[in-house]
Amino acid sequence: MIVLVMHSFIVSKWDYFSILVLIAGAAWIWISKAPTGSTTDGQIPQPRQGFQAPDFTLNTNEGESLTLSDFHGRPVLVNLWASWCPPCRAEMPAMQRLYTDYHDKGLEILAVNATSQDRLSDALAFSDELGLTFPILLDTNGEIARLYQVQSLPTSFFIGEDGKIKDVVIGGPMSEALLRIRVDQLLEE
Amino acid sequence: MFPVLQIGSLAVQVPGLVMLAGLWLGLILAERYAAGFGVAANQLYNLVFVALASGVIGARVVFVLRYPLAFTASPISLLSLNLDLFDPSGGLALALIASLIYGQRHSMKLLPTLDALTPLLAILAVTASIAHLASGSAFGAPTHIPWGIDLWGERRHPTQVYEILASSLLLIVFWPGRETYHKWDPGNYFLAFTGSSASLYLFLQAFRGDSPVLINGLRIPQIIAWLVLAFCLVAIGKLSKRNIKEYKIR
Repeated sequence: MIVLVMHSFIVSKWDYFSILVLIAGAAWIWISKAPTGSTTDGQIPQPRQGFQAPDFTLNTNEGESLTLSDFHGRPVLVNLWASWCPPCRAEMPAMQRLYTDYHDKGLEILAVNATSQDRLSDALAFSDELGLTFPILLDTNGEIARLYQVQSLPTSFFIGEDGKIKDVVIGGPMSEALLRIRVDQLLEE
Repeated sequence: MFPVLQIGSLAVQVPGLVMLAGLWLGLILAERYAAGFGVAANQLYNLVFVALASGVIGARVVFVLRYPLAFTASPISLLSLNLDLFDPSGGLALALIASLIYGQRHSMKLLPTLDALTPLLAILAVTASIAHLASGSAFGAPTHIPWGIDLWGERRHPTQVYEILASSLLLIVFWPGRETYHKWDPGNYFLAFTGSSASLYLFLQAFRGDSPVLINGLRIPQIIAWLVLAFCLVAIGKLSKRNIKEYKIR
């Protein structure tokens, strides 16, 4: 009987405790509301999903200068690659098919060759061999690899029309289905 | 931050590796103390295996069903190991269904089984925080505190470190080897751990810089954590009242 009374007492105490905890929790949610600007909201240029894509200017293999921000208003796939990297080579044919199917719909692909870690002649021979028609940009001093904090090749950044990074895929090869899904999502936004 | 371990041409995703290690360690711990919660270790292992297998297959199947056209254009992608081609919520739903079927067929009781799985959850909570640190995700809000870290272009709260400390503290407090927990009414150990985790998550989420927010800046994860906490508190209360009734009947 004593145990029963004790147990009932603990239970009623528990109800009060629960109510207090929940009120305190609700108050904390209210107090810790996210003030304007406390979340990233894509304003800071960083190579990460949800952030503004860091801007860069590079020369193509044909000597043309291209700047990422010039493509604002169009979805862009930035792919960092090297000719000696097997997964980079493996995903390029799918990227070319994607470019053929989606370029007219607004997609731009910027294939940034890590030229500082590659031989330019090998990169160009590989591009010719596959008949790549999207621009090949040359990162001759490794500046873009550093800016985008690339730790592995290939690394791909899917950038929306607003210039924000929507997805980052580290490593590869990316499957063609994934490429198509991500690009469809970029075009739908 | 150390998201990728490059071994030759193979890029190993460190967060994934850490989570796999957590699964392995967590299973060892859960199996070791399963008997204390009245569950056979081999049954618990099989249950987790069934859940994992169903979850992986289910996550791929649901993803394919969501984007059938992409796979029609490239059927070989069905076999791709790419983690981005999985649907986590679909996988979780199928893993839960498969676990329930397995549990029913083998007459496993729900509450003791949840208690026996708690050590696995506790270890996974620690490894998930380490995975966040490795990938740089779950990052903090900008701050000027002296222990802030420079990450993603700002000085920020080291929320991943807070997470590691909090989850490690919970692992110590709820260490399954303590005899006391084996004597608790079934379900209370799981509910106490889940409720404590939810309250710590609710508290720490305030320092995050990546919270999805509702209108007026209310953070959605905090609201979900509050609901989980409420469920746990009510469930513990209800279980205690049920036990009193059983005591009276006896």
